[in-house]
Amino acid sequence: MTAVIDKPDSLLYDGADWDYDQIKRVYDAIEDIALKDMGLNVYPNQIEVITAEQMLDAYSSIGMPLMYKHWSFGKHFARDEMLYRKGYRGLAYEIVINSSPCISYIMEENTMTMQTLVIAHAAFGHNHFFKNNQLFQQWTDAEGILDYLEFAKAYIGQCEDRYGHHAVERVLDAAHALMNQGVHKYPKKRSLDLRLEQKRERERQEYQEQTFNDLWRTVPKVSIGGSRPSKSVSERKKLLGLPEENLLYFLEKKAPRLEHWQRELLRIVRHIAQYFYPQKQTKLMNEGCATYTHYTILNEMHRRGMITEGAMLEFLHSHTSVVFQPEFDDQRFSGINPYALGFAMMQDIQRIAENPTDEDRYWFPDLAGRGDGMGALRDAWANFRDESFVLQYLSPHLIRKFKMFSVRDDAEDPYLLVENIHNERGYRGIRKLLARQYDLGFLEPDIQIVDVDLAGDRKLILHHRVTNGVLLDESDAKAVLRHIANLWGYEVQLVEVSALSEAILKEHAVTAPSGMGG
Amino acid sequence: MNIIDRRLNPQGKSLANRQRFLRRAKEQVVKAVRDASGKRGIQDIENGEKVTISTGGVREPSFHRSGAGGVRDYVVPGNKEYVEGDTIARPEGGGGRGGSEGSPDGEGDDDFRFVLSREEFLDIFLEDLELPDLVKQKVKQTESHSLTRAGYSVTGSPANLNLVRTMRNSLSRRIALKRPKPAEMLELEELLREAEDRGDDPEKLREMRDQLERHYLRSKRIPFIDPIDVRYNRFETVPKPIAQAVMFCLMDVSGSMTEHMKDLAKRFFMLLYLFLKRRYRSVDIVFIRHTHEAKEVDEDTFFYSTETGGTVVSTALEEMQRIVKERYPENEWNIYAAQASDGDNMSSDNARSAGLLRDGILPLCQYFAYIEVAAEHNMGLSALGRETELWRTYKTVQGPDLPIAMRRVRSRREIFPVFRDLFARDKAGV
Repeated sequence: MTAVIDKPDSLLYDGADWDYDQIKRVYDAIEDIALKDMGLNVYPNQIEVITAEQMLDAYSSIGMPLMYKHWSFGKHFARDEMLYRKGYRGLAYEIVINSSPCISYIMEENTMTMQTLVIAHAAFGHNHFFKNNQLFQQWTDAEGILDYLEFAKAYIGQCEDRYGHHAVERVLDAAHALMNQGVHKYPKKRSLDLRLEQKRERERQEYQEQTFNDLWRTVPKVSIGGSRPSKSVSERKKLLGLPEENLLYFLEKKAPRLEHWQRELLRIVRHIAQYFYPQKQTKLMNEGCATYTHYTILNEMHRRGMITEGAMLEFLHSHTSVVFQPEFDDQRFSGINPYALGFAMMQDIQRIAENPTDEDRYWFPDLAGRGDGMGALRDAWANFRDESFVLQYLSPHLIRKFKMFSVRDDAEDPYLLVENIHNERGYRGIRKLLARQYDLGFLEPDIQIVDVDLAGDRKLILHHRVTNGVLLDESDAKAVLRHIANLWGYEVQLVEVSALSEAILKEHAVTAPSGMGG
Repeated sequence: MNIIDRRLNPQGKSLANRQRFLRRAKEQVVKAVRDASGKRGIQDIENGEKVTISTGGVREPSFHRSGAGGVRDYVVPGNKEYVEGDTIARPEGGGGRGGSEGSPDGEGDDDFRFVLSREEFLDIFLEDLELPDLVKQKVKQTESHSLTRAGYSVTGSPANLNLVRTMRNSLSRRIALKRPKPAEMLELEELLREAEDRGDDPEKLREMRDQLERHYLRSKRIPFIDPIDVRYNRFETVPKPIAQAVMFCLMDVSGSMTEHMKDLAKRFFMLLYLFLKRRYRSVDIVFIRHTHEAKEVDEDTFFYSTETGGTVVSTALEEMQRIVKERYPENEWNIYAAQASDGDNMSSDNARSAGLLRDGILPLCQYFAYIEVAAEHNMGLSALGRETELWRTYKTVQGPDLPIAMRRVRSRREIFPVFRDLFARDKAGV
């Protein structure tokens, strides 16, 4: 036989049905392209085949394979299930988990081409991003997350048995309400090690059990420092580490009336919030990276004759619907599609690196014409988050392609004002504003605990620094404050302060709850 | 790479979360269910239901900016005609055009909509209802028995012979006692014959003959199947609570019963049927309609065909008694009866009906419910408390220990409250 490339020989599969052998073959082919041609660096992969029902399950427990039990997950499941059954919403083709091994769920209903697409997208695209992006490296512990969740699930289950559903629910509700305010935004001294977390808690419990002596309970408590003079305000704040923007952390460490297990619950929710924090900041890049990866791989497979023309057309059909960006006046418009913009930016970076125009040379002197588009992309994937990525890489070319424009909505004006459009004058403005749309630090209200007098009435005081005059949603804020008061045990006050003028715009207060055991 | 097939993993992983959710939203769900059941026909009540509850108890609040006020900037794609400085009329409902500021988690949507399964719906619908205590006692006493497999025994009837067990015992006994196998003996015989033909050493021949003889004796003494091998399947009778019920629907169909009254009766029967069905594995329904004579009929005829004639209640009771005797022996069935009537009866029949009910029907029944339906517009009169013939008659039968309950129903709205009232879990007893 001669070495003529015979199409049917190189073909990996034919038709829509899949089986495990085909998946294995396709996986190997994809791995070859991803690692050798694209130079990706991934965690070991684990691919799990699930049913639609299990996909709904996974949805409702924020995409994690195991999760503790809480009614809110049941609520999400009920809604997702109804939307799905009534046909309002389809299911995702895959879910991928930032863990090592990296777990990708694929649905049994998918055709073989879809499975190929999903493996390229999730098991290599997302996987590479999880492993290499600096935010994930810094903030998440992919090795430990699954074990930690298992520990959390068991621990919360135990607490339910020991202290009752209601008591646990009360703490978890409050913790969930504060999830967005439960992350450290700047790195502290040590990195997160979830395995150590588990060990620490277990040892602590064992120690308590070993050294338990009922006698101590009978010893009368000496009131210490009853007449101690209260410290100066600044000293007191310093001792408590105020101001503190991680509300969950502060409550876990400092709330005077919480039991140990309640603190541990807060800690669990805080860790989970922290684990997801990088994902929230890199939605655009993560999807862009995965979409670019599957697009490149599937095209390469087609070029090598590994998939049929029919499969290629099927792939292109679903790819184009994923990266479709409706315009602002379209009924389907619901913000900028991260797949669309992400994918377009990745392609654009490659173009600038390999075939720059004069404009690109002016805007991206370091990047333009450096060749090796793939290398440039890997750098970008490793070192940026959405906000800085847009700020760094959004090119005039793309702004024109998407015909972006920026609108200012000032509640005091009767009209919206078009500020920037896709022209020479508007590029920088649009880029800056779009980047800010991806900046969590700007999107989420800036709320901090500023003061509490532990020796006095123990009133907890929070400040919301108001930017652009947008206040908090009142009824929700009140509800969250009530949750905080449940944990704190005393009165809680939230003051909305203008960031510009320091003027007090609004105050909310919630009195001390009754009946939180202390 | 690993591929793992998770499709066979246990389903319903989210069940525990769903239960927690329903418990959390209980108040609202119960209200929604009550509302929903008021709106639709009782026939459909068994289906699941899409319920809408207010988000009040199941809200998940978070700190987020409100949708109005202040200064916001949006970047959106698809510019066609705008240049810098253009103004756009504010879209209805204020700002919020940019996706990034959009409502997180469907917040702002006041109602939460989801589907309850049929089971969940009925659970909530019939919550707090219980069969009256008296009935439960009776259920306990009148147990029937059934046979269950209970291992093996050495005695029994040939029909229950357990062949596998028997043969297994036989085999192990034969091995243990070294019963010679038929094949071995055949082989030995063959060898002996060959040796005889060859004319071998007589000493050796005799030895072989002896051995063969011993084998014969041994296989004769050790039988292939011995009585001690034999095993029979053993059955035990276990008491089991009666898991079947029959429900008698008795209705007056004489001319004085209007469609409205029949409709009320039907609704009540349906509820009772649903309720019984949840407690018993199988529920039979017998429809008996009566004018001056009673007849067992099918459901359609029962509700929809009209009949003329006088009203003699005792005929229906007699018919019921007859059917019970024929088809539903008291010790095997839980018997429930519901009678619907507008209260008319021939005066001469009252004493007879009361006697029949007291001595013939009530001892058979777990529960006898008498529902008196009245015309809706007739409220004034009945409200004055004018008692009907039948009501007065049955009242004489009523006693503290008798399983009879009587209620009046005038409008559809009252059906469910009356039903709940009849079967509400005894608060003092809990």
